[in-house]
Amino acid sequence: MDEALLRSLTPSVIGVLVRRGADFAAAEDAVQDALVEAVRVWPADPPRDAKGWLVTAAWRKFLDATRSDTARRRREDLVDEEPAPGPAPGVDDTLQLYFLCSHPSLTASSAVALTLRAVGGLTTRQIARAYLVPEATMAQRISRAKRTVSGVRFDRPGDVATVLRVLYLVFNEGYSGDIDLAAEAIRLTRRLSASIDHPEVAGLLALMLLHHARRSARTTPDGSLVPLAEQDRGRWDTTMIAEGVVILQTALSRDRLGEFQAQAAIAALHADAPTAEETDWVQIVEWYDELALLTDSPVVRLNRAVAVGQADGPRAGLAALAALDDSLPRHTAVAAYLHERDGDLPTAARLYAEAARKAPNLAERDHLTRQAARLNADRRGPAR
Amino acid sequence: MAKYLLLKHYRGAPAAVNDVPMDQWTPEEISAHIQYMRDFAERLEKTGEYVDGQALAPEGSWVRYDGEGRPPVTDGPFAETKDLIAGWMVIDVDSHERAVELAGELSAAPGAGGEPIHEWLEVRPFLTAAPSTTDECHP
Repeated sequence: MDEALLRSLTPSVIGVLVRRGADFAAAEDAVQDALVEAVRVWPADPPRDAKGWLVTAAWRKFLDATRSDTARRRREDLVDEEPAPGPAPGVDDTLQLYFLCSHPSLTASSAVALTLRAVGGLTTRQIARAYLVPEATMAQRISRAKRTVSGVRFDRPGDVATVLRVLYLVFNEGYSGDIDLAAEAIRLTRRLSASIDHPEVAGLLALMLLHHARRSARTTPDGSLVPLAEQDRGRWDTTMIAEGVVILQTALSRDRLGEFQAQAAIAALHADAPTAEETDWVQIVEWYDELALLTDSPVVRLNRAVAVGQADGPRAGLAALAALDDSLPRHTAVAAYLHERDGDLPTAARLYAEAARKAPNLAERDHLTRQAARLNADRRGPAR
Repeated sequence: MAKYLLLKHYRGAPAAVNDVPMDQWTPEEISAHIQYMRDFAERLEKTGEYVDGQALAPEGSWVRYDGEGRPPVTDGPFAETKDLIAGWMVIDVDSHERAVELAGELSAAPGAGGEPIHEWLEVRPFLTAAPSTTDECHP
């Protein structure tokens, strides 16, 4: 039983049902039922046309469910009279599903859950485990999300930016257990990119690939963070980097810059440097300037201050930092780093410790605590 | 999507506004209080925001290592200063604002006289396991 094949077919089968007039929630339920049947039947009797089989089975499930619902008898008559068309070209349907699953009426967590379920074909249990919540909670989250979008019309494209934001949320969630959400996000973005010609979709795909290529070098086996400058570049996935760079260059050549392309450009400059010292920080600062124009995000300006510190020296970085609100997440960590490079070790040690207390995750907190401890140990002199 | 721990304290938190010990309530008031908490948890399960929750016994022990070959020391000279946790609930919500909103609702559980207790709840964010992959440029 090819689970990957089943998962990849799920969205287009849902799309066909919805296009034939099924309500989204009912279509999704019917396709889940059909998948269960496929798992039961296929090992002994594999179909020649997997998608055609699923469409037929799901449509039958949908009709059964509709028939058993007396309140919907009128609609049943309508759909029953309609001749079932053959499988529609799947590409467009899948695209509509991306838009529907990240509809603006959904909260971020609902959109993520619905996308993983309907577009990604993951089971509720898999999604629940990836997000470390009970299966019952995730089931409710998904069914609420389905109810929220059940009245939404399925006939025009939505906002690509919303879809990209949802996919990026999935990517940034990382991974836990048997589902690797970063890989899943890349898979979904790859398929979105195959069905829509949009430079920012390509930009996001390039960004994900360029980040993902460095994943194995980013942490030690025990989970400690390894800063970019100290990563073993031999462990970066050069094939993935090359693919990301090509996708990015094609997107950039169309001259419709967006924030994901700009972020990917920065990631590409990091990936391109044979050593940390050879990083082209001047060009990175220029990309951060572009990015600041596109997003006006304080996080971008904070990252820019780091880049300025590398390009023009720590004093310049501290000056850039001084212009920003010091309540920004990671502001203190950046200040600590720039003070250390400027030679003010007592201030750096104090700020690292403060930044560790404010860190949003365990790996970062431990990393910052170690930085503070390292400077404090140096100042106390050789170990006793 | 961030997880928060809502902590109920027996001691260590400021006194509730409606601060009458539970054994002074009427049985109906106690039932109403417990029902409120159950309804709250059930509602959060339906919104897809519930993770877990448990009540804890008021009596716990402090334990520490006491040297090679010796049994651990229990309790200690700080019986009066220790904080006691009455129970906890873990929620998974879209924002810190939502966590605060829910803690506020939980704090409105009815107490003596059927009035809200207005007890203080501690809201603590979980540290996430993995750093966001986009932040690695930072030192």
